[in-house]
Amino acid sequence: MRVDIEDLDVHRGGRPVVSGVSIPVPPGTVLGLLGPNGSGKSTLLRAVSGIASPSSGRVRFDGADISFLSRREIARRVAVMAQEHSEEFEIPVLDLVLLGRIPHGKGFGRDSDHDIAIAEQALDRVGAAHLATRSFSALSGGERQRVLFARALTQDTPVLVLDEPTNHLDIAHQVELVDLVRSADRTVLVALHDLNLAARYCDTVGVLDGGRLRSLGPPERVLDTDLIRSAFGVESTSVAHPRSGRRHFIFDARTPEPGPDTDRPIPTEEGSSTP
Amino acid sequence: MLVPVLAAALLIVLLLSASTGTIPVPMADALRIVLGHLLPGMPWMSDGSLTTVQDNAVWQFRLPRALLAAMAGAGLALAGALMQAVVHNSLAEPYILGVSAGAGVGAVSFIVLGIGASSLGIGAAAFLGALTATAAVYLLARKNGHIAPQRLILAGVALGALFSAVTSYLTITTDAQNVFSIMFFLLGSVSAATTGHLALPAAALLAAGIFTAFNARALNALLVGDDAAATLGINVNRLRSSILVTAALLTGSVVAVSGGIGFVGLIVPHIARIVVGADHRRMLPVAVLGGAVFLAASDLLARTLAAPTEIPLGVLTALVGAPFFLWLLRRDRSDSVGVGR
Repeated sequence: MRVDIEDLDVHRGGRPVVSGVSIPVPPGTVLGLLGPNGSGKSTLLRAVSGIASPSSGRVRFDGADISFLSRREIARRVAVMAQEHSEEFEIPVLDLVLLGRIPHGKGFGRDSDHDIAIAEQALDRVGAAHLATRSFSALSGGERQRVLFARALTQDTPVLVLDEPTNHLDIAHQVELVDLVRSADRTVLVALHDLNLAARYCDTVGVLDGGRLRSLGPPERVLDTDLIRSAFGVESTSVAHPRSGRRHFIFDARTPEPGPDTDRPIPTEEGSSTP
Repeated sequence: MLVPVLAAALLIVLLLSASTGTIPVPMADALRIVLGHLLPGMPWMSDGSLTTVQDNAVWQFRLPRALLAAMAGAGLALAGALMQAVVHNSLAEPYILGVSAGAGVGAVSFIVLGIGASSLGIGAAAFLGALTATAAVYLLARKNGHIAPQRLILAGVALGALFSAVTSYLTITTDAQNVFSIMFFLLGSVSAATTGHLALPAAALLAAGIFTAFNARALNALLVGDDAAATLGINVNRLRSSILVTAALLTGSVVAVSGGIGFVGLIVPHIARIVVGADHRRMLPVAVLGGAVFLAASDLLARTLAAPTEIPLGVLTALVGAPFFLWLLRRDRSDSVGVGR
């Protein structure tokens, strides 16, 4: 399914957080959203998931404006793996994954064998089948991420929205998860912090800065040391990977002053106070 | 498996209540009296084997009372479970929206103004008070068409305090003879039950039960947070509003006829969660039946333990329920539903 973000503005708490962002995402491709903390990645993804409503512009799934779709219709098109999770009451892993079947079922009755089969398959696919009867809150950070991804898969939607899915994951599980995302064969919008991971796995990357889209295109064209300096305020060195020849970034130090076209203060105090 | 057991337990408790009292009626006779009133043309109703006194004791007094206790227990447990789910708070209970305090003001005003002493009149006034309180809290907690759980709880607590102050003032300034009726209502009791008291809570329980059954899966989604529920296709605002209104109407109709019986609405849903887990499709039927059995049994004990004196129902529910709940809380199983954190 094709996703089109068109001239999108989103306000949060009265402040503009995303301004004039347009991104076309062709079916079956992976779009990586990059940018420093507070650049609007999560808010943009919330708008695509239909949770945050845009103040202007629109999001289209295969041409259909999502502001005209019901919650349920949206939930059949896009599954979301977010960072927040409420834990007031406890829930076993399999039940949590089965929640992904809600948009496809009735409001009452037992989970069908079909639903349970899909959920177990998804858990198996993320290597978490052995966790099915465990309580979600008793899991490690990495296990939780995998279970939440299994829930997104169980929702069986053509589009996946993932907000920093590799958080809390060790390096092996990071690689494993992005491999899973790639092999899921869906249209994916994913916010990532790791630029090298993004460069390697995304078909397209969009770099956000202060809520605006600074650059959009294939990673090898978009990502370079100049962009990393101006968007993230970090000096870096670009090297060729000794085996694959792929471009790889090594991060050196904070850029002493904000870049020429950055009106944003440097986020951390420590870095700027050092001469 | 637990549901049939609880249903059978409920029938036994009801029958036991119908046969227990100062006028002895064997359980078999109690059953015959009940069946005789439900089914036309039963031979034993006219062959003189049952006395009119026995018939009256069972059909006019004991059964309505036991049924009211059961319905109040079921209603409060359901309302409590719904409140806990929609406000994301395990301390939530049916009275959290100030519903019982509002009902208190309604009932006490009715008694103090001396409009009449009929318990149905007091019930109507209490129901009106409960609805007023619910509407006020709901409107106060609403902002930009959105109800924030935290604001709802705080508005309910503040308004409850306001209503309680009014009730206290009315109680302290009224004639001494009214104070007994007021305390009787505020402490909660089903002892004045007649068949006429049953209609309102029965209708409310039926309507709330059906509505909840259709939303049980959506309530499960709410367990993982508002945003996550929204991405699972749930219209969170609409669900929260409709569940709140359902729970408030249910609580109001129970409070109107039985006063402010505490403890059941807070504890029974937690017991159900500890026993069968947080999935509302399994937990709600257990909570509803469990609440019914618990309150019907408590009422039976309340009127027999110290007979001919009656122990106030609220006192007994806390005396019996609290130790049982604390024991359950200490078991390992409770950790698996998040009570241990």
